[in-house]
Amino acid sequence: MRYNDPSPLETPVLTRRFRLPNSQSIDTYLASDGYKGFERAIGMTQDEIIGEVKTSILRGRGGAGFPTGMKWGFVPRTSPKPKYIVVNADESEPGTCKDRLLMEFDPHQLIEGVLIAGLAVGAQQGYIYIRGEFRYLIGVMDKAIDEAYAKGYLGDNILGRGVKFNLATHSGAGAYECGEESALLESLEGKRGNPRIRPPFPAVAGAYQCPTILNNVETFCAVPSIILNGGKWFADLGSPKNGGTRLFCLSGHVNKPGVYELPMGFNLMRMINEVGGGIRGGKKLKAVVPGGSSCPILKADECDLAMDYDTVAAAKSMLGSGGVVVLDEDTCMVKFALRIMRFYAHESCGWCIPCREGTTWLKKLLTRFHEGQGQRSDIVMIGDLSKNMLGRTFCPLGDAAAMPTIAIVEKFRDEFEAHLDGKPCPYEHINAFSKSGLAA
Amino acid sequence: MADLVKFTINGREIEAPAGMLAIEAAKQNGIEIPSFCYYEGYSLQAACRMCLVEVEKMPKMQVACTLPVAAGMVIRTETDQVKLARKSTLEFLLTNHPLDCPVCDKGGECELQDMVFKYGAGESRYVEAKIHVDEQQWSPVVFYDGPRCILCFRCVRACDEGMGVGALGVVNRGAMSLIAPNKGDHLECDECGQCIDICPVGALTSGPYRYLTRPWEMDHIGTICTHCSDGCKTTLGVRNDEIVRGNNRDRSGVNGEFLCVKGRYAFDFNKHAERLQSPMMRVNGKLEEVSWSKALETIANKFGEIRSRGGKFGVIGSNHTTNEENYYLQKFARQGLGTNSIDHHRTGDVVTLVDALSGTTGRLANSADFYERKAVLVIGSDFSVEHPFLAFQARANFRHHEAHIYTVTAEPVREDNYAARSVRVAKGEELGALEGLREALAAEPDLVIVFDDSIKGDKVRSVVEFGQSLGIPVSYCALVDYSNSRGAIDMGLAPEIGPGYHATGQPGMSMNDMLAAADLAALWVVGANPLENAKLAASKAFVVVQDLFLTETAQRADVVLPAASAYEKNGTVTNGRGEVQRLKRASATMGAKTDLEIIGLIAKEMGLAPMMGPWLPETVYAEIRKTVKGYDIPLPLVTIGAQQSTPVNGRVGVESRPDLVRSEHNNLFESGTLGRYSQVLNTVIEGRQSR
Repeated sequence: MRYNDPSPLETPVLTRRFRLPNSQSIDTYLASDGYKGFERAIGMTQDEIIGEVKTSILRGRGGAGFPTGMKWGFVPRTSPKPKYIVVNADESEPGTCKDRLLMEFDPHQLIEGVLIAGLAVGAQQGYIYIRGEFRYLIGVMDKAIDEAYAKGYLGDNILGRGVKFNLATHSGAGAYECGEESALLESLEGKRGNPRIRPPFPAVAGAYQCPTILNNVETFCAVPSIILNGGKWFADLGSPKNGGTRLFCLSGHVNKPGVYELPMGFNLMRMINEVGGGIRGGKKLKAVVPGGSSCPILKADECDLAMDYDTVAAAKSMLGSGGVVVLDEDTCMVKFALRIMRFYAHESCGWCIPCREGTTWLKKLLTRFHEGQGQRSDIVMIGDLSKNMLGRTFCPLGDAAAMPTIAIVEKFRDEFEAHLDGKPCPYEHINAFSKSGLAA
Repeated sequence: MADLVKFTINGREIEAPAGMLAIEAAKQNGIEIPSFCYYEGYSLQAACRMCLVEVEKMPKMQVACTLPVAAGMVIRTETDQVKLARKSTLEFLLTNHPLDCPVCDKGGECELQDMVFKYGAGESRYVEAKIHVDEQQWSPVVFYDGPRCILCFRCVRACDEGMGVGALGVVNRGAMSLIAPNKGDHLECDECGQCIDICPVGALTSGPYRYLTRPWEMDHIGTICTHCSDGCKTTLGVRNDEIVRGNNRDRSGVNGEFLCVKGRYAFDFNKHAERLQSPMMRVNGKLEEVSWSKALETIANKFGEIRSRGGKFGVIGSNHTTNEENYYLQKFARQGLGTNSIDHHRTGDVVTLVDALSGTTGRLANSADFYERKAVLVIGSDFSVEHPFLAFQARANFRHHEAHIYTVTAEPVREDNYAARSVRVAKGEELGALEGLREALAAEPDLVIVFDDSIKGDKVRSVVEFGQSLGIPVSYCALVDYSNSRGAIDMGLAPEIGPGYHATGQPGMSMNDMLAAADLAALWVVGANPLENAKLAASKAFVVVQDLFLTETAQRADVVLPAASAYEKNGTVTNGRGEVQRLKRASATMGAKTDLEIIGLIAKEMGLAPMMGPWLPETVYAEIRKTVKGYDIPLPLVTIGAQQSTPVNGRVGVESRPDLVRSEHNNLFESGTLGRYSQVLNTVIEGRQSR
């Protein structure tokens, strides 16, 4: 059971159990190679496990795309301090909705990934930091954790093999900022979710100032298959330097929105047209946000590209967290910029000045502009203010607000000019018309 | 000390210890890197982004406040990119700042104003509506104006890290973020006002000071707080001869910028409506105002008459008056009145400590020791409450140097929160707990032992023996109560001891003896209130009282003379560690005279002026330098205020009187009789609750 119909173009690895009946239960999981990767990992050395993950070219699925094996290698294994595994399940990036499915339909895959990470660095305690709005998932994860304890896959002597690992869920309280790893750790420790000064990075001083592995849900979920089938097998599923498959969250003006597991490097236009069934209502494509709201937007003519970290970066955007938002020709880009900025102004934690004040200023400015009260100089100022945030904020949230805005102003300046001189938004009319059902 | 590394800032080669923060290294070399949130001594924030600088080989600009310098580093602080970043950060800051500078208390001494003046844009591009929230009153002394707040979080850190109170936090998110007090709508804390002083803008303002003046209309007089024996320097803002503010933003004095509620606000007794402004004499059983000449003449006649018939005098001096006044008073008593019955309220057993340490030097702890020694042992005292500055020093020592703090007290104390060891004992059993700490203390590199009046007499000797047996350098501090308690004993306000701890070898009554002597002919009380809780046995005694207010003692007087407060005179006082510091006259009150002048005028009236010498503080101090051991400190050094006085090298040679030692254990909101007349101390919620 899942929310959207699968596409024949998918390569189900992480999602392969989604359609099994009762996919959340440990029995289903065990009947389909569940915990086999973990059992195999028990027999491996720490270096072997990390080596396998390095071979897989698994890159962090949270957005930055940092090689996971390398990150795990940074944990000082001789440190006398306890080590922690923390799952970033604070999925809040607009356009991204994959981690919730991974937890809802295959919670044990996540637990197994965490267990293997624990073996890789010698951690005995893990936390799953779940976005506060995902209340129902806390129950799902807790149930799965209880099952794992009951079957001996968690506890002080796992499977009688002398392995100790305990795992608990922790609820976020509704802040996007807590998806940033250091803010997440602050929140996990019970403090206000402000980001921390880095370095030190979590691998050295994370939860409770102890060495910590912190990865995205999807990243951990890929690990059992990697250990079971080998790093090379996983790497070969994707494109060079971009191992494996990835869950793309296709949303916006497509006929078949949904979460699709596709190989790394899958062509974006094919994704829209073949996986997503093309643009809704036969409209033309205007633009695509390739990886969640913080990624610079791609114009329609820039969208014929392979969806892997490096190719999208070369197109001056980011693969990000896999949230592909498709916009058709009737979308007002000023309003779109405003919508994004409203989100970031609302979610800015308030720690640093450029992000706190910049996002709020831009929100107000874009609101006024969209209402037709803008001046020509405002167009320059929108870009200017964004650039004054870019690279100067404490954490990447400021960049996340600045980057898409800069791109939108650069690529769709004509639409901004169309809002000048007190003119009403040229798209409001079309949208009002279509919403009323008269368009047909 | 880390190895020195060479690097460049703006092309200039600079040497600094490896790992030093770039912002500090720049400051030490006269290069300003602007910042709001960076504050020396508190945790790093990197929140304001004002200190962004260019560093060669780094892709993005770096914040200098978290950037450790390294060999070969090339830093640039004045490039176009850096200047633009500063300008835009200030532009962002001003978007929601109300710019109500013309009516803001901070206007003229505001860091935001200064920054915008130097680094900001000349014009504003912001045309949207500003966010407004109403001003909040958190306590009688703390007000918060959210829109002015730039969220540098200095106040939060000063309260949490500096004071160990942690009464401030942040609520809401993004541009709606606000600083919030611990009780939701109000503060319950030490009311120290550190948060107000550390605020770079006018977001946190002081209740008593609000809208009284513009900062540039004040004179700033650096003097010493008159309340407790910690002896903090307080810089009084004076406008039209009225003290309107206390702070120590220039970080001068032993206390740096630290001040507690008393040092910052409790100067307000000075203008209390009940301040005495005219001499009073008992006429038909009632005190009536008379002229100075009439009052002085009456006293001189009466004193002269009692002296000539050999009547018994009793003289009680003060814990608040200056060294000069105390010295002058005992000289008058001993040489003018011919009595050795002079005393004061003793609040800590300094005499025994001085005696027990005889033959050694440098064993009396000074203010810096509490911050620099590797361990501090607090015996008996509720340190944060009774000696807030010393506790602040110890806390900073723990924070910056990981010093070990040990407490031996009857009740839980704030120091327990970070103490290496806390020992709870029944009151009076403190000494017995020390052996249990021996092993831990002996392992420390050095130690300060500080004790209150639970350790007196032979117990002081036992503590010193214990300390000396540890085999590590130990310095000691006997806590006393008031601003010049230490100076009072140094100046010989005791029958058995003259100035400089010389045994007088003369008989004389102690304070208790005087009050109990039925045949006492005259009692002269200068700045003390011995009848607060006691009766004067001699119902016929002629009583002269010099004070600011009509205290219980003054109400019994035959002649009352209005005295100037510590903030109305010049002179020196000696704090609890023996540091001699300088009082400077900040304001004047009509009618009152300094105790020095009053004593001088009585002497003159009695024809003793030539023997007493001029009643000028400088002249008396010059005499003190010559005659009192440890006080040979030139006045300019006293002004800096960190000179340790070493009272004796030999034995005191007299039985000290531990039975007379009794601390009042005043808390943060009490200050003996004086505290009753401070409106702030009486209105803050904690002050009311503690009574």
